[in-house]
This record gives sequence, structure tokens and C-alpha cells, in this order.
Amino acid sequence: MNNSKYLRDEIIRMSGVNTSKCMKCGKCSATCPAYEEMEYHPHQFVAMVETGDIEPLLNSESLYKCLSCFACIDRCPRGVEPAKVVEAVRLTAIKKQGANRMTANDVPAMVEDDTPQQLLVSAFRKYTK
Amino acid sequence: MKVSYFPGCTLKNKAKDLDTYAYKAAEALGVTLEEIENWQCCGGVFTTAQNEVATKLSSVRALKYASDRNQALVTVCSACHNVIKQTNHAMQTDKAFSDKVNRYMAEDGGYCGEAEVYHYLEMLRDLVGFDKIKEKVVNSLKGRKIAAYYGCLLLRPNKVMRMDDPENPGIMEDFIRALGADAVVYARRNECCGGYISVESPDAAKRNSGAIVQNAKAAGAEMIITACPLCKYNLVKQGADIPVVYFTELLAEALGVKEDTNEQQ
Repeated sequence: MNNSKYLRDEIIRMSGVNTSKCMKCGKCSATCPAYEEMEYHPHQFVAMVETGDIEPLLNSESLYKCLSCFACIDRCPRGVEPAKVVEAVRLTAIKKQGANRMTANDVPAMVEDDTPQQLLVSAFRKYTK
Repeated sequence: MKVSYFPGCTLKNKAKDLDTYAYKAAEALGVTLEEIENWQCCGGVFTTAQNEVATKLSSVRALKYASDRNQALVTVCSACHNVIKQTNHAMQTDKAFSDKVNRYMAEDGGYCGEAEVYHYLEMLRDLVGFDKIKEKVVNSLKGRKIAAYYGCLLLRPNKVMRMDDPENPGIMEDFIRALGADAVVYARRNECCGGYISVESPDAAKRNSGAIVQNAKAAGAEMIITACPLCKYNLVKQGADIPVVYFTELLAEALGVKEDTNEQQ
């Protein structure tokens, strides 16, 4: 229980988000371009962090589906900025030893003739700590 | 006019056309792009976590370079623009963050967000003027039906980017009209192409990119322009059957410093 309280406070501090401002309208999830890929959707990230139910999020593939498109950040009528919560939970997950989603060894297999550097750089930034 | 120019990693490799024609078109418009010495990769995505410092230092160094020269910092890649502008905003508004950064930057001298960051499109609109560009067009693109694809990074988060109305933008349409072409307006022009998800879920990228291209075509587009190498990659890779080109290529063509953009495809 103490651990979950600590995790919650840490994620809220890291994200800078006040999760209690959420009025659960679901607009963030409705506008999310990765909605179909996600097990937990942006509004659920906000609600679960608010209640301290964080373990399921830490273990979910949904962490790696957020596209950083900032749509939920701009379209939230309450200024909650859900993507910042997703990012803070993802960083918490991949900061653990050996938990990187992508390593430098994975890169060569991803490179095709037309692969832009930006694709690899961005994925590395999101999946690796 | 001279400006400090941040090209970014992809523009020196897979997106050379975005860079090359940015230089040629700027020259034709009387603007000198002075490439920042020893620029470092922006990292591709701005990390929103407030305790992230090291990942933002390359942007701060570029910003300081421009500020030291009293020049505007001009970017052309949407991702570089987003990362650098968000970093500058954090330097201006987050004292705890800027204090930490300045401890890293002690030997370079202090920096607190003084630089002004312009995307190349904003430079065209605000520093050059679309009216002046209109006068300099030698190959009018009259009759061409061109759709602007903004994607995410030029527009959002709007409270930082401040380029245009994030839900009904017009800067790229005004740009297209200044070159004499018809701007095709369509709903999905500010929706995400899928970004880096194509690394592990090409199907997801295909769904997003496919919907954008179909939407543009249904509105009558014969060509799509973008400022982002990753957007271009996703739209083309996921099956666009109309040409997708960088906006700088189109500008260079209209200004007479490049051959026909359609033929090159």
C-alpha cells in the first residue's frame, strides 16, 4: 500500500498533472489515434493514477501505444493533459533495470532503405531509458 | 536577412530534399540560413516528464547559439521544431528546470529562453510575407490541387506552439495559395499519421495514414505536402497513391530553383 502511494505521488510529480481535475468525459480517449491498440485508454490512465491503481498500467502494452501526438492534451476541456500521465507511467516502467522496450541491438533489423532516422530516434526516445 | 538554422538528423540523410530546397528557396527569397555549428539531434520527441533534463540539452544549446547571435532560430522538420520550441517554453516558464539546465550549461554561459523559434513556414509568413513570395513566383502552380498535411507536431500543444488554430489551421493553405495552386481542405489534416508506431505496429500506422490519404483524395487532392520526414514516410509506406512531397520542394519549384515536383515523383 505504501509503495502504491509512493508510486502515485511520484507519477503525479513527474507528470505535473492534477488528475483530480478530470471530469471523466472521455474526450481524450475518443480523440486518441491509438485507441484501438490500447487496453487502457487515456481517461483510464488518469483515473487509475488518481486512485493509485498503477500496477496494471505498468504492465500494460498500452504504455507503448501512445503516439505523443498531443491530441488529448489539446482537446481536454479541463486541461488535464492525459498524455503526460501516460509518459510518466511509461518512464517509470522502462527505468527499471533491463526493462527497456528497445535496445541499440534491435536497430539494425529495423533499418530499410527508406527508413528515416527520425523514426528510429523517436522510437528510441520513447521506448528506452 | 540572416537566421540560425537547425536542420536535424533526417534532413542530412533520408530527407535531403527537405533541407536542400529549404536552402535554395530561402536564397531566392533573400534569406540566408546559417547552419548552427555542431548542432546535435533533438531526440525526435519532447519528453513531457518534468524531471527530464539531459534529453533537452541539445535543444538548449541550439537555442543559445541563436540567441548569442541575436538571430531567429529557424527549423524546418516538424519534430525538431516541436522539441526545440517546447524546450524553449520550459526554459521560459519552469524555473526549477531552467536552473538545472543552467548548471549543466555553466561553461557555455546562462540561457533563459531568450531565443525566438520560427518554423520555416512561420518564417515565410511572418518574416518574409506570403505577399512577397507571391511576387517572386516564376512558375505558378495554377490549377494544381494540393492538400496540406500538418500532422501533430507543428500545431500541438497549441499553448506552446502558437503557430495557428490547431483545429482549423490555415498557414499551409495560405502558403499553397501564395504559389498559385488550389488548397484542398480536408478534415484529417491535423490528425496523427502513426509516428514511430510503425516500428512495431505497421498496421496501426497504416490505419492512421491510410485514412488521412483517403480523406485528402476524397476532397480532390492530387498531391500532399508535409514538413515532417516521418509523416512522409508513413503516408508513402502505408500506400499513398498520390505524390507526397516536402513543402520546400513545392516552394523551390514555384520560385524556379527546382524542376517540376510532379515529374520527380
